[in-house]
Amino acid sequence: MEFVTNFLTADIRTATPLLLAALGLVFSERAGIVNIGTEGIMLIGALLGSVGAHVFAAPFMGALFAVLGGALAGYVFAFFTVTLRGNQIVVGTAFNIFALGLTTTLNRLLLAGVKSIPGYRTLAVPGLSRLPALGPILFRWSLPVYLAFLLAPLCWFALYKTNTGLKIRGVGEHPKASDTLGINVFRVRYGVLIFAGMMAGLAGSFVSMGQASTFIENMVAGKGFMAVAVCVFGNYSPLGVMLAALLFGATDALKYRLLPVVGGGYSQFLNMLPYVITVLALCVFAKRSNKPAASGVAYRKE
Amino acid sequence: MTECILRMRQITKRFGEVIANSEVNLDVEKGEAHALLGENGAGKSTLMNCLYGMYDSYEGEIYFDGKLERVSDPKRAIALGIGMVHQHFMLIPVLTVVENVVLGLKDNKELLDLRGAADKFERLGKKYNMVIDPWARVETLSVGQQQRVEILKALYRDARLLILDEPTAVLTPGEIEGLFEMIAALKNEGRTVIFISHKLNEIMRVCDRCTVLRQGRVEATVRVDEVRDREHLAALMVGREVELQTVKAPCQPGEERLVVEHLAALNDLGLPAVRDMSFAIRGGEILGICGVDGNGQSEMVQCLTGLRRTTGGRILIGGKDATGYSVRQILREGLSHIPEDRHKFGMIGAMNIEENFILVSYREELYSRRGLLNWRWIGKHSASLVDSYNVKTPTAKEEAKNLSGGNQQKMVVARELDRGPKLLIAVHPSRGLDIGATKYIQSQIIKQRDNGAAVMMVSTELDELMELSDRILVMYEGENMGVLTQGEATREKLGALMAGIRARPGA
Repeated sequence: MEFVTNFLTADIRTATPLLLAALGLVFSERAGIVNIGTEGIMLIGALLGSVGAHVFAAPFMGALFAVLGGALAGYVFAFFTVTLRGNQIVVGTAFNIFALGLTTTLNRLLLAGVKSIPGYRTLAVPGLSRLPALGPILFRWSLPVYLAFLLAPLCWFALYKTNTGLKIRGVGEHPKASDTLGINVFRVRYGVLIFAGMMAGLAGSFVSMGQASTFIENMVAGKGFMAVAVCVFGNYSPLGVMLAALLFGATDALKYRLLPVVGGGYSQFLNMLPYVITVLALCVFAKRSNKPAASGVAYRKE
Repeated sequence: MTECILRMRQITKRFGEVIANSEVNLDVEKGEAHALLGENGAGKSTLMNCLYGMYDSYEGEIYFDGKLERVSDPKRAIALGIGMVHQHFMLIPVLTVVENVVLGLKDNKELLDLRGAADKFERLGKKYNMVIDPWARVETLSVGQQQRVEILKALYRDARLLILDEPTAVLTPGEIEGLFEMIAALKNEGRTVIFISHKLNEIMRVCDRCTVLRQGRVEATVRVDEVRDREHLAALMVGREVELQTVKAPCQPGEERLVVEHLAALNDLGLPAVRDMSFAIRGGEILGICGVDGNGQSEMVQCLTGLRRTTGGRILIGGKDATGYSVRQILREGLSHIPEDRHKFGMIGAMNIEENFILVSYREELYSRRGLLNWRWIGKHSASLVDSYNVKTPTAKEEAKNLSGGNQQKMVVARELDRGPKLLIAVHPSRGLDIGATKYIQSQIIKQRDNGAAVMMVSTELDELMELSDRILVMYEGENMGVLTQGEATREKLGALMAGIRARPGA
């Protein structure tokens, strides 16, 4: 029993930043933007979260910093890819390199000598958290975790049932057709990129303020790329993304459970597990896809 | 003087150096069907795209309902009551019909009421006799149905002026009748229609007035019922006298060059596309393949040219069993292929004309020796091909993508016919071409037939098929619906077969 509890809590803890970032990505991908820069935005979020929480001695301020920083990063990304029509992969890669340098420098400037920062506090749900078995798995978490899993169905609703969601899907599939119906393709794409940036920023802050209690250089370590993979594997759907994030989290949790069994000598192979599963999953599920038709293509009005 | 719903004054539209419209004046009266007639590239669509706000800028003035309007984006056009059905439909294939209809509506609530919209859409469809399931995904609809969705989408926004850009190009004769009835119904309600076309007979049937555009300028505006001779309209459109009738010597069939027996093939989705198809073509004969787009013509051509695997039946070329031959083996049997999509399969845009000319023959004697290309000879030969096939280009070193559509097609035709084919498969040879280029390419096809080649011509243009073919085979859902001789073929008979209605025996 304890094994299951530990395994599932580890799963949810790992899945949370992936889910937060991937939910944002669902919207930007559905509007036709490939946002490889998520890795960098998460890193910026991780740093700004730490700075905010440290300076104001309040985790809430950390979250606010991370979200605002993510929004700004999303806006800049939109300027390069939507307005200037830069290649999205190239801009995204540049973003990641830039973010690594920026956060490393700012960390040494602003957080030198800081051992620990105020992280997200656990908010046990009164009553429910005392349930046997389910309590510790589902109801003893910090705010970003609840938020991630509550946002998944909300995002699903927004994408499929609201006017904004329909516009987003239209823009990603056929920007020109959307334009002929009076939709401002540029504004929609700016909007989703800012939203995706906010989500990535929050996800990053959970890496530094939820999973750890400190900022470490390059601590996002591929989670942004995994969020992109989660988005694809979840078939660009908010609920699919939730399941995909939990699966990715499970492989990571499995890694630690298997470590004592396999022995230290082969730990590198276990570390590969989430990435191997990413590659396999993408190969198997690449076919049936909601990938939008105009993915990665900048829109140009004649 | 009737009231004008639309007046366009001195409209000029440039794309970089190119002037697509030059000082165009257009008056459209309320409640009329007004034709815009012109060849490809005459600027008809550009003019209408200006009116619909598709471009950032245009020069000149647009008066709608007597008021000067700046139509800077489609939103403004829709608000004014202008609707446009583009030549390439502006529908999103993976969304449902009703989602496409409500997409971008300005009075949408944030929480979408798709059910209410579907009801309204169905009522609208019933009113105009165009019933379509609002919950179907657009990609599952036929092209004709998609066009109806487009029209209803505009009417849902209460368009008072509806622009139809080449609406009949994708329809069966039966569907064209339906469209014409629809246009009449719209006029009865006091709505106005602008009908873009280069087909004279359609314009004569449904339009009240016609404005002829040539090279971006207005040549004339005429009342259709005052037009006595069509040749005059055609001449205005082309800028010189044109022979509308094709001259063709009687057919002198030789031996059977291509025999197809019980051919079967699947489409890309793995569904049957060609079923039990049998026919034969003799040398010196043109067999037209008639049918609405997407009834297995493409798949059949791909089988015959070695681009798709067959799942049954036999293909005999010159008496030899060529089933399962590779493309090169088939080409060696004397096949020339003018493919349906010249951009995708007929040419390489980033290569120059010379390089495009040698794509098939590069291994032949004269073209190359011991693996090295003989550019001096190729250059001379290319220049003579450019000359004799009238490809308009500064030099044969020009990149193919810089040529106009008509000249690209001439380039492909030149390469294919230069090989002296025994069997010629031409798919939509005149699609997207103006009258001049069409007539030229048709005459080249007839020349091949007179030289003894067996010709298979796939087309959706009934006029072209009826003029050129010696026999016409109608395809419907991958099956052979019957073969008519040129003498027997009428629009009505072909139209019925195209719609899948077999002639009753003895009828």
